[in-house]
Amino acid sequence: MPQNEYIEESIKRHGRRLDYAERKRKREAREAHKSSQFAQKVTGLRAKMYNKKRHSEKIQMKKTIKQHEEKNAKQKDTEAVPEGAVPGYLLDREGQQRAKVLSNMIKQKRKEKAGKWNVPLPKVRGIAEDEMFKVLRSGKTKGKSWKRMVTKATFVGDGFTRKPPKYERFIRPSALRYKKAHVTHPELKATFCLPIIGVKKNPQSPLYTQLGVLTKGTVVEVNVSELGLVTTGGKVVWGKYAQITNNPELDGCVNALLLV
Amino acid sequence: MTENSHVIAQFYNEEGTASGPALSLPVDVNPEQLALLLNSLLGNEEDPLPYTFEVAETEIANTLDHDIIQQGKQSTEETFKILYRPQAVFRVRAVTRCSSSLTGHTDAILCVSFSPCGTMLASGGGDTTVRIWDLNTETPQHLLKGHKHWVQHVSWSPNGKYLASAGMDGLVIIWEPRSGKQHAVLKGHSKWVSALAWEPLHLNSACRRLASSSADGTVRVWDVVKKQLEFSMAQHTAPVMCVKWAGDGLIYSGSRDKTIKVWASTGPYPGKLVKALTGHAHWVTTLALSTDGVLRTGANDHTGKIYKDEEEAQKRALQRYEQAIALNPERLCSGSDDFTMYLWPNKSEEVEGKKAAPKRMVGHQKTVNHVSFSPDGRYIASASFDKSVKLWDSRDGKFVASLRGHVAEVYQVVWSSDSRMLLSCSKDSTIKLWDIKTKKMKMELPGHLDEVFTVDWSPSGDKAASGSKDKTLKIGLDEKDRGREKAWREIEVGTKEHIGNIDEPHGV
Repeated sequence: MPQNEYIEESIKRHGRRLDYAERKRKREAREAHKSSQFAQKVTGLRAKMYNKKRHSEKIQMKKTIKQHEEKNAKQKDTEAVPEGAVPGYLLDREGQQRAKVLSNMIKQKRKEKAGKWNVPLPKVRGIAEDEMFKVLRSGKTKGKSWKRMVTKATFVGDGFTRKPPKYERFIRPSALRYKKAHVTHPELKATFCLPIIGVKKNPQSPLYTQLGVLTKGTVVEVNVSELGLVTTGGKVVWGKYAQITNNPELDGCVNALLLV
Repeated sequence: MTENSHVIAQFYNEEGTASGPALSLPVDVNPEQLALLLNSLLGNEEDPLPYTFEVAETEIANTLDHDIIQQGKQSTEETFKILYRPQAVFRVRAVTRCSSSLTGHTDAILCVSFSPCGTMLASGGGDTTVRIWDLNTETPQHLLKGHKHWVQHVSWSPNGKYLASAGMDGLVIIWEPRSGKQHAVLKGHSKWVSALAWEPLHLNSACRRLASSSADGTVRVWDVVKKQLEFSMAQHTAPVMCVKWAGDGLIYSGSRDKTIKVWASTGPYPGKLVKALTGHAHWVTTLALSTDGVLRTGANDHTGKIYKDEEEAQKRALQRYEQAIALNPERLCSGSDDFTMYLWPNKSEEVEGKKAAPKRMVGHQKTVNHVSFSPDGRYIASASFDKSVKLWDSRDGKFVASLRGHVAEVYQVVWSSDSRMLLSCSKDSTIKLWDIKTKKMKMELPGHLDEVFTVDWSPSGDKAASGSKDKTLKIGLDEKDRGREKAWREIEVGTKEHIGNIDEPHGV
């Protein structure tokens, strides 16, 4: 029993023997043989006590080994019943069919949880007026410059007719008009090409909303009757909001994310 | 212009033989007058039977004048061939509203079935239990546990004594519905069991034998009393999706290997393959027999009479069966993933030894999921994944009408016992009631929160039940049951084990 810590101090100062690790390993490996030799030689009361101790150690060791084995061996859990019960006529069919309809229960729960105007793109880049409009000069000597042409994608309704060209202030070129949008359902990750019903709100300015300009972040209403959604009252849902996620004037198509 | 003019008409029955002499009828005669006339001609004035009349395949709904002459279907110069068809004597009222929503299942409900007498209802679900519901109080009666996996199909024996349930674990369990105890567990299938069919009552009054089809390609016939396998038929090479036990003792099994195999259940070699019906180009999803309605109910008919004696019940069942096949021979209709259906003729329809060819019914644009004959054997209704239900004539397989209204796949279709109305359930969570006379939707029953997987109409006609993925069972009532509603409001709503959602104003 060392008094004070002179052994530890010496180890700290001078380190250990060079073959310390090897000797330690070999000594530990011999432990099993040594203890078994001792158990065979010892007699009397000492033997009884020693055997008792070894017996309890053996039981402990067996328990830990069994525990380790259980962790490794994966047994089929007979109690667990898999999710997604379907009747026989729906088994072994591709999941493609499921992509078109989301269960009404989940939709209800989600509506209750989230606020209604929880949009995927809360902030968008501000667009300056000179980027949005191109000035068109008119008049005999092209002196008047009150006409503007929209340089971004727009949506005009079904029954749109141009105002008389002399009084048209904002011109929306027909090449930049879009009727359909590629709408992605956020959970199902399925994309559908749905017709646009109208522009609900353009975050840049109410003027753009009125003109029907489609820029990134605009909330539009799309016709979802193709998806076959039904409310609990039995009514068919045919219009839903979606937010535009790309720059349509650069891509040539309108991509949107459905707001469920 | 044609108010007082007359036409020469002759009544013909369904087989084409004339009954009664040629008559001179005024053109403004309506169906009620025609019925009176026909009843007096046939001699049943005391007990008049209802009939429908049609000329040149157009039904007379208003008057002869309005429907036939003014539509230009037939000129007044020729003799009118008025074809009459008997209708069911009893009338089933339309199911108009949901009386209650039964909760209790903890997972989607996959199958629902009324007992042949119409008083008990059994439902099996994804939570591996089968529940029996008491229809008078609309509360759970028994909870039957035993399956280890989803319960795919529940089927009542024709005498109402046993209830069989088939599960994804490959077991067929027989229960005693009145006591709620398990009677037998039939092990043998190595994969999930898809369908069950009991032997008809008129062949065996003890209702001992049951056929089950499984995804391992075999059809096994079990003896319920001995609780063991009788024989097994293993010729299919793909999962067998449906099995039907016909009234003449033949067992039909339709499988995903595109064939339907016909087996003998009696005779010197039970379990022998009698015939293999090929023709479909893809999986066979469903089978229906023209005598399905009669075989399912056994001896119970609309009068609600209960036969205590087995012999009497068997005689009555045989009587009803023979009545049904006298009008139309027992035929099989199969629907498939190849968007078509085949109407297979009966053996008795062979002409001069040459086998009659099956009639191909084309028109659906997606998989035909469920096919059902009307109880009087006149029409076939088919539900398909193309969102429509189509009606076909069962004699020659001709298309009659298309019933549109659903916005998603139609899963199942079920007839009322008087063959006047049709219920269809769909993935869009609604159930629609269709009127056959007008071929239009009569009633819509929304209210489920998720896909409706199964629907059934009680054989006694007054109730319909539907089971859905939203774990509830809804029972629909007709208008006249308002008096009873007051009675069960006083009953205390359940113990902590079961909750019955009475008084929920769904669809009212």
